[in-house]
Amino acid sequence: MCGIAGYFGHPDPSIPRRATVARMVGAIAHRGPDDRGVFVDDNVGLGHARLSIIDVASGAQPMANADGTVHVAFNGEIFNYVELRADLIARGHRFRTESDTEVILHAYEAWGIDCVEAFNGDFAFALWDSRLKRFVAARDRMGVRPFFYAWRDGCLYFASEVKALLEVPGIDAELDPLALDQIFTVWFPIAPRTLFKGVMELPAGHRLIATPDTVNVAPWWRLSFPDAGDSAAHDNRDEHEIADELRFLLLDATRIRLRSDVPVGAYLSGGLDSSIVAAAVHRIQPDRLRTFSVTFEQEEYDESAWQATMVDALGTDHTAVACRSADIGASFPTVVRHVEQPLLRTGPAPMLALSQLAHDQGYKVVLTGEGADEVFGGYDTFKEAAVRRFCARQPGSERRPRLFERLYPYLPGLKRQTGQYRRAFFSAGPEDTTDPLFSHMPRFRTAIGAKIFYSDDMRATLAGYDALADLGAGLPADFGRWHPLHQAQYLETVYLLPGYILSSQGDRVAMANAVEGRFPFLDHRVVTFASRLPPHLKLRGLREKRILRRAMGPLLPPTAAARPKQPYRAPIAQAFVGGGAPDYVGDALSVAAIRHSGHFDPHAVDRLLAKARSRRLAGFRDNSALVGILSTQLWQRQFTRHAGTADDIPAVA
Amino acid sequence: MRSAIEQQVRDFIAESFMFRVDRSDIAGDESLLEAGIVDSTGILELVAFLETTFAIQLADDEIVPDNLDSIDALTAFVTRKCADAESADAPAMAVAG
Repeated sequence: MCGIAGYFGHPDPSIPRRATVARMVGAIAHRGPDDRGVFVDDNVGLGHARLSIIDVASGAQPMANADGTVHVAFNGEIFNYVELRADLIARGHRFRTESDTEVILHAYEAWGIDCVEAFNGDFAFALWDSRLKRFVAARDRMGVRPFFYAWRDGCLYFASEVKALLEVPGIDAELDPLALDQIFTVWFPIAPRTLFKGVMELPAGHRLIATPDTVNVAPWWRLSFPDAGDSAAHDNRDEHEIADELRFLLLDATRIRLRSDVPVGAYLSGGLDSSIVAAAVHRIQPDRLRTFSVTFEQEEYDESAWQATMVDALGTDHTAVACRSADIGASFPTVVRHVEQPLLRTGPAPMLALSQLAHDQGYKVVLTGEGADEVFGGYDTFKEAAVRRFCARQPGSERRPRLFERLYPYLPGLKRQTGQYRRAFFSAGPEDTTDPLFSHMPRFRTAIGAKIFYSDDMRATLAGYDALADLGAGLPADFGRWHPLHQAQYLETVYLLPGYILSSQGDRVAMANAVEGRFPFLDHRVVTFASRLPPHLKLRGLREKRILRRAMGPLLPPTAAARPKQPYRAPIAQAFVGGGAPDYVGDALSVAAIRHSGHFDPHAVDRLLAKARSRRLAGFRDNSALVGILSTQLWQRQFTRHAGTADDIPAVA
Repeated sequence: MRSAIEQQVRDFIAESFMFRVDRSDIAGDESLLEAGIVDSTGILELVAFLETTFAIQLADDEIVPDNLDSIDALTAFVTRKCADAESADAPAMAVAG
């Protein structure tokens, strides 16, 4: 796990090549504080910041093959490198190191670009093949590890984070209004677009091949589901048989994710998913597992009682970090610097505190429960969509909408509302059940509501641009034939997961403290297995993750196995106003500052801030708007040169 | 001619939910939910405003779109509640419960 950066082509002669790559690597040194390496030749520059995890002694990068014709800079892990190495040795390959990096080189020699299909792992790498004069970059299936690139004077520059690209003379940060509008619709820019105009993200499961004359970006893997009507394409075995195989798969996915030459810990939120991972580790290795969690002051967000249950049951050595609202406010500029985009939620801030805790305790690697909700149908969005669809089938029914009352039991603000109001909200306007985005429309509507704060200039620039149409246009041709649950799972897994969960709330805030997350539920064998399961084995009625509970429940204390979903959430408005609120908020949201950046209406923002300060902001829309506008301002200040003075943002440790 | 109640309701909606001055001319019968002015989670702000400003109590089953989802509906609802509250205060009604 590390950071990579470099270029392919011929930089402008005025640019010192080795020094530039070294500066790019320096900008992402937090990802790999253990070692640095730079390789430069006529056509390519590869740089690497290393976090030593596997083969600490001899895994230095960039690494070359035996005859020096292929070089690679690699970020991530190939978890099945042990098996691949044995396979390649049987085919006559001779290895010099024990590292997974060398496995990539030999696999490439053996299988060419298709080698990625043999990899079970989380990776982004850049490889230079001097014989074929070919530059290859690839990113893992689910999008765990990042890869950004930009063109400058005909030269392709790449890096794990955009801040490294900004070290290249001539590549400057300029806000792309369409990307901002995508964030204020679906929470993140839709890859390959980023908030930095001209900077692209290689989408998850894609590879890029460049020669001196051509560039080709294409998917090498994609998530798919069977046609709803094709029962033979689903896994029709007995439920217990399916559960047995799933247990085997998840234990194996966990086992290979424990491969490391440094200790591996785990995040334990107290929820079902992280509890399953911790229990799986407990089953595989008898050593006492080191676990970490975050706790909140407000009961509404806090899960410490559930954490205690699992700590007792599994006998883990546990440490928690308390995250107060004021801590979220204080660390937020640092969060924005790492995630490199505006946020509509504060969830990444506590995750930054959590990786700090793991780092302080000497841990570089943690397992987490990320991905289970996407893969096994755990999100409330899925239930909500099922109820909305159920109601739409009989619009006159008085009884059906009462099901809305059973959604979101953990939101105190919703408890007082009648079913009628919830129904009115969840199905505002006529429901189009054939809309491919049907499942996510209530959430998108809430985000879109915050656009009332756009300035007239911003509206004029967007000129009617429709981010949802853009999203819909990228869906696969057979999407419309899938079961509605599978459609909703696809939207979560292909878009929100890499676009937000694994990046802003995952890689970026973990690697900020040199901590690598590993996700057993996102092993592609598990993902593919789950995609063929009949939908009712995932969401049955309003009970989520049925098959997962059946497969892994026996490893957990009964109360934990039966625990209903409580999504991870963090305080918003309280972090930025009221007692203990950080000083920068007033500056960043001042009429002058908002007018200067130009994207929002200064007086409307002023009224929003006044409302937040005068009383608690209760609505999702206003909270989203407050944090979205504030983080856009912080982004602007931190990354763009012309946005005032860079030093009016306080340095936050 | 707007009643005092309607004006107070309009001012509150404009100040708390609209933010942008150019949208303060909302139609009396426009659905606040469908227009995206009030979202589901913002309803309780509205309820808190009504209860403190007009000294009325809303029962849970009164928190429904029919009562709260437009300026006209809000005005009519508050007018009715205030009238009920006044007559409930009258001594002659004390035995009615």
